[in-house]
Order: sequence, then C-alpha cells, then structure tokens
Amino acid sequence: MAMSVLLVVMMLTSVVYAICAGTVTEMSAGLLEGAELAVRLGISMAGVLCLWSGVVEVMRRSGLMLKLSSLLKGPLSVLFPETKTDPDLRSDLAASVSANLLGLGNAATPLSIRACTRLHDNAGRTGVASDSVCMLVILGAGSLQLIPATVAAARASLNAQNPFEILPATWLATFVSCTAGIACGLLLRKIWK
Amino acid sequence: MIWSMIAPLIILGVSLYAVLRGHDIFAAFLAGAKEGLAVLVRIVPALVTLLAAITMLRSSGALDAFSELCRPLFALLGIPPETAPLLIIRPFSGSGALAMGIDLMSRYGVESVVGKTVAVMLGSTETTFYAVSVICGAAGVTKTRYIIPAALTADFAGYVTAAAAVKWLL
Repeated sequence: MAMSVLLVVMMLTSVVYAICAGTVTEMSAGLLEGAELAVRLGISMAGVLCLWSGVVEVMRRSGLMLKLSSLLKGPLSVLFPETKTDPDLRSDLAASVSANLLGLGNAATPLSIRACTRLHDNAGRTGVASDSVCMLVILGAGSLQLIPATVAAARASLNAQNPFEILPATWLATFVSCTAGIACGLLLRKIWK
Repeated sequence: MIWSMIAPLIILGVSLYAVLRGHDIFAAFLAGAKEGLAVLVRIVPALVTLLAAITMLRSSGALDAFSELCRPLFALLGIPPETAPLLIIRPFSGSGALAMGIDLMSRYGVESVVGKTVAVMLGSTETTFYAVSVICGAAGVTKTRYIIPAALTADFAGYVTAAAAVKWLL
C-alpha cells in the first residue's frame, strides 16, 4: 500500500509541477522514456547479476560461507553476550550476518528473523525490544555488504568502464555506517529505556 | 591497479578453492545464475513502474527544483545535492532507490562524481524502514525503542562517508 501512495504522490507532483513550469511535453515523453530505459537496463543487468549469483552459489556449496560465519562468531559474542550460553543462537546470528555480507538478502532475512525471535523469547517476549534485539535489527538494517552486485550490474548496464571500481569506497562507507549504528545503539541503550 | 582486478581475482580465488576441494563449480555457477535471473524477473516489473514515475518527475523539472532547495544543507555536509531525491526514497523502498539511482547515474553520467556517489550510497545502505518492519513484525516486537534513530544515524553516516570516499578515493 505504501508503494501505491508513493507512486500517486510522484505522478501527482510531476503533473502539477509540469503544468506550473510549462514542461508538459517533456513530462509526457519522460513517462515512456523511463519505462523503456527500465527494460533496456534490466536486460543488460542480467549478465553481472547472474555471474555474481553464480559466484555466491560456489561460495555456499564449497563451505566458504561457513568459514566466514565461524570467523564472525568471535566479534558477535562481544556484541551479543547471550550467544556465549546459546550456540544455536550464535550460529544463526553468524549465518545471517555472513549471508548479508555476500549479498544474499533472501537468505539473510529469514535467519535474522529466527535469531531475533530467539533473542526476543529469551527476554521474556514482552513486545518491547531488548538491547540485544535492538542491536540485531540495527545490524540487520545496516547492510554489511561486501559485493553490491545489483549496483555493479546497474553500473555495467550504463557502460561503466569498471563496474566494480566502487568497491573500496563502498566498503569504507558500509564500515563507517555500521560502526555509527552500533555506537549509537550502545549510547542510546543507556538513556532510552 | 589492484582494484580493477578485484572482480576477476575474487571469482578465480573462489573457483580454485572450490575445485581443489572437489566441488562441481560449473553446476554451482549454473544454479546461481538461474537464481540471478529470478532476481531480475522480480526487479524489472518494479523498475518499469518506478522508473516511469521517476522520469516523469525528472522531466517535469520537479526533481531539479527539489535538489536546488536542498543545496545549502547538502553543501554543508559535502554531499552532492543532486542525490537528495535518492536519500529521501532510500529508507522506504529498495526498488524505488534502485530506480532513482539509475535515473541519476544515466542523467549525470555513470563515471561522474554524482554517478559514483549514488552507486556507493546504494551499495552501502539498506532499506531501513522496510528491514526494521519485516524483522520486528515477524519476531513480534512492537516497541522498537531506539532502533529507528540508531539505524537512520547509521544511514546518515554512510551517506556522508560515501560522498567523502568518492571524492578522496576514486
């Protein structure tokens, strides 16, 4: 429903603004251009998207993803003290973060939900987010992503010289963003009961 | 440059590791690529609808007017004001943000500062409100306390860093 509202707001703004600014001809042409561009780019995005999904599948089947998860267990037990006594929770958390890292959003969401439900149950299932639940959702909403495949695919479809050139900048931005989220969470948990 | 080699190096490294451990990587690549096509089938219909609406907004002149309005604030933060509409839509809709990103990259050039900043912003932040409502909704959490402010702070830090990183690193 939210998307429908968004669409109507965008279209209404366009029409009203175009009438006021005298850009009605351009606006009408834009509608068709946009639809055409979406299909054209969508098709040329397919190459990078399929290739990268293939790489991720190789990582998953060869056990590289499990390796990544076990590397993450140490840092995660600092952020989530209850994982020290609950190994299942720890592996769920590690798996969801590593699925996020590889850009497997589809796999990461159910794992995050499972870990979140478990944390919430541990806290007595009151409906109020405990500090650990907050930390998990902040991390999950923070998208620690190593290879942003969709964006790289979009860059490739627009004829970028090197679609993956943005990687170092993306890693830095993701890292700073995640650190800021965690720091903000640790700070706010003291005052926001 | 090492960074221009990063994608081939990752693919080679992963493939070598898997083959040496006796895995059929060709079958895995095929299965994954099929998954990639499924992702595409999910993205394209949303992209057609949203990109049509966004291009309408763009060619009416409303987006440029909005960016102009945001210029003083964005200049203060060192973020290109052209990215303002992307930052508005980013926390709410993933496909909307992708469509807005594509519009910005194709309009200002994929290799321009604006184009690269857009790509880094898209790659380093999430659809915050959507993610929070899905995870909390499914887990039965109704009072989210400081989750939204902290997650939005994270996004904000990501945007500022993205703009700075494109300026200094790329």
